[in-house]
Amino acid sequence: MSLQIKPILVALRRHKAGTLLIAVQIALTLAIVCNALFIIHQRLATLSERSGVDEANVFVIANQWAVDWTTQQIDAQVRADMLALRQLPGVRNAAPSTGYPLQGGGWDNFITMTPDQIKPTTDSAVYMGDEHLLDTLGLRLVAGRNFHSDEVLVMGTQQALVPPQVIVSKALAHRLFPDGSALGKSFYAMAASPSTIIGIVDPLHRQGASPWDKLHAGQSLIWPARPDDARGVFYIVRAKPGQLAAAMREAPKALYAQSRLRIIDPKDGIQDYAQIRHRVFDSDRGMAILMGIISAVLLAITAAGIVGLTSFWVGQRRKQIGIRRALGATRGDILGYFLTENLLIGIGGVLAGVVLAFGINLWMVSQFETARLSLAYVASGVVLLLLLGQGAVLAPAVRASHVSPVEATRSV
Amino acid sequence: MFAYYFQLGLRSLRRNPALTALMVMAIGFGVAASMTTYAVFRAVSGNPIPGKSAQLFTPLVDNWGPQQNLQGEPPDALDYVDAMALMRAQQAKRQTLLYQVQMSVLPGGDRDLPVSANGYAVYGDFFPMFDVPFQYGSGWSAQDDEARSSDVVISAQLNQKLFGGVNSVGRTVNFSGHDYRVVGVTRPWDPKPRFFDLFNTTGFKDASDFYMPFTRAQDLQMRSNGGNSCRGSLTFTGWEDYRQSNCVWITAWVELDSAAAVARYRRFLEGYASDQQKAGRFAWSPNVRLYDVMQWLDVRRVVPPESRISLLVALGFFAICLVNTIGLLLAKFLRRAGEIGVRRALGASRREIYAQYLIEAGTVGLAGGVLGLLLTAAGVAGVGVLFPPQIAKLAQLDMSLVGLTLLVAIIATVLAAFYPAWRAARVQPAWQLKSN
Repeated sequence: MSLQIKPILVALRRHKAGTLLIAVQIALTLAIVCNALFIIHQRLATLSERSGVDEANVFVIANQWAVDWTTQQIDAQVRADMLALRQLPGVRNAAPSTGYPLQGGGWDNFITMTPDQIKPTTDSAVYMGDEHLLDTLGLRLVAGRNFHSDEVLVMGTQQALVPPQVIVSKALAHRLFPDGSALGKSFYAMAASPSTIIGIVDPLHRQGASPWDKLHAGQSLIWPARPDDARGVFYIVRAKPGQLAAAMREAPKALYAQSRLRIIDPKDGIQDYAQIRHRVFDSDRGMAILMGIISAVLLAITAAGIVGLTSFWVGQRRKQIGIRRALGATRGDILGYFLTENLLIGIGGVLAGVVLAFGINLWMVSQFETARLSLAYVASGVVLLLLLGQGAVLAPAVRASHVSPVEATRSV
Repeated sequence: MFAYYFQLGLRSLRRNPALTALMVMAIGFGVAASMTTYAVFRAVSGNPIPGKSAQLFTPLVDNWGPQQNLQGEPPDALDYVDAMALMRAQQAKRQTLLYQVQMSVLPGGDRDLPVSANGYAVYGDFFPMFDVPFQYGSGWSAQDDEARSSDVVISAQLNQKLFGGVNSVGRTVNFSGHDYRVVGVTRPWDPKPRFFDLFNTTGFKDASDFYMPFTRAQDLQMRSNGGNSCRGSLTFTGWEDYRQSNCVWITAWVELDSAAAVARYRRFLEGYASDQQKAGRFAWSPNVRLYDVMQWLDVRRVVPPESRISLLVALGFFAICLVNTIGLLLAKFLRRAGEIGVRRALGASRREIYAQYLIEAGTVGLAGGVLGLLLTAAGVAGVGVLFPPQIAKLAQLDMSLVGLTLLVAIIATVLAAFYPAWRAARVQPAWQLKSN
């Protein structure tokens, strides 16, 4: 092999500006692409989080009351509405609730192990619903039992109600009782009296997807109570397989037949889980798409830049190449020369780029509470950019290798 | 000379179409990415009330204490007890409390179903404080606040829906089963970000439909339709218990028009918290805040992280495009070393060569700017992919953005050309002429 690095380095010293420009471009591209890919990975991981809901068949009706009713009036109406919904031919089950997974934010309570503990142990999303809620959402009960209908309390507008039973997500059970003994144990959720765990479901996503929610990912609880809040209630409905569209059409009609003194927003009052997921993860998906586009264009521009500059160099050095060829260098030698030259510049660039990539990430961690960049991303970024450089330099290098030795004698 | 060099520049662009296309695309993509993300950033980080943002303040009082507050910071809103105490003290030129309420408008006219209306419970000072523009009538007086009257100010949009847009002052509307007298109709008014309610919103929401007296909303026991945050164990069983709890749900605003007034109000707040400590209600020393509008926007992080990150990434992207352009311009200019040598030999000064190549770079920048403009238009139309509709619709391609796009493209390219043009101007005529 005649890959001699020293002459290449000497030659590069005569092209400081071009060398530096390519190296800087590779460094910046590596730094940005690494961080962009990392953001894409994180956002896509969020997108694929499981809600625990039978998403293909469940939809949600946001029902607001049109007049000031007493808790008793509201409770009677909710019961009547439930009967009407559950009787619809396309509906498997229905339940009232204070919120639903992936709603985009909602009620959460601090959890303590004793009533006078000041610093909370953790934080849990809070759902309230009746004994039909588990089946309606399609949650998987992994231990214990569902609520009995006589355990379901009535919660009026301004009541801090604490039911003595609770069903928790496996994530919350594990957080509170890591040894797996959660069933039958009690805790306090901002209450003077305890709630005892009678069942465990897995998984059950929180309402939100904010950094706060991520900090307490999957930690949720369900209390047995009919939310008879004067402001309104969510009706969760689970359609029979394949009958989602029909059930979504029939449900509001059935409700208006019960009473017209309610408001179901014609625009977004009824949403299936495809819409709910879309709404809550909109910006995550958008961010992933944007970063993807930027990375792709960036790599293309960097590659094109390398092609452009190397072509220029080849053009400049035709005579030298001709001389080398005349002195006995093979085409492979010339090809190898340009590939090695690019590799050397590339290595210089990625070394600077690695430092820059971690620098940018550290700054983002402090500004946006993002996660730390993992080494694997940087390593794959380095490989990607070195390969990109070699690929980009190939065409000009091949052209250089075709320079005829005759060129050495020309134009002198 | 400028026109001639410009012409030369245009001609040179045509000479290496691939290289030129590459540069124009790099500039175009770079500037478009930056401008699109900047359009969003500009929309979300603007001053929503430029004339008064330094005179409007929101006070916060730590009613949770060091064990339970937000890592040393007071909660982002007030509980009922503190809110009412600040309101009753009347220590500012103007003051209001506010919280979000939702009501229904019962069927009437051509509507056969009730519709929901979103608004705020506020004090009469709200309207002059925030410069709310009126189409008909006005806000209500402090006496009306005292009298807990059933007045309401409705938006132009709701007035259109309910009264067909005519002057409805003095008419009666029924919200959620209660009658209200319309005292004013606002012109379309929806400051972005909605600085006055950053506890319940992230700053971007559909416009409000109505404003009603805070005192009347209390009489009707209207629960906030927005946020509510509490600490410790919750024991309330009704409205009165709830109002005495440590739950925060009310935002307060005061208008203070001099530095002295601000200092005085700060002392008053400290004094109030200190009195609460003496009275035994707080077991901690005063921990209060007084933020003006821009500080409050910052504290509540109104600019979405997506906006900041995408702007930064786009600027980095633009920087790479420029580095790329420097390299390509270098190649393009030095390829013509022979030509430069001839011109120099014929008497052109270095300065002239320098000017010629900078202007040539300017034409590249202009072409890149035009491409960037088209891409920015496409980008602005597509920001809905990344941002929720309330924010996406704020990003607009107006004249200032068009101008800025072209300007940034040209200036950046000319800056990028400084080094390559300098190298071109340094070409030795003798060297070039020799080998020909």
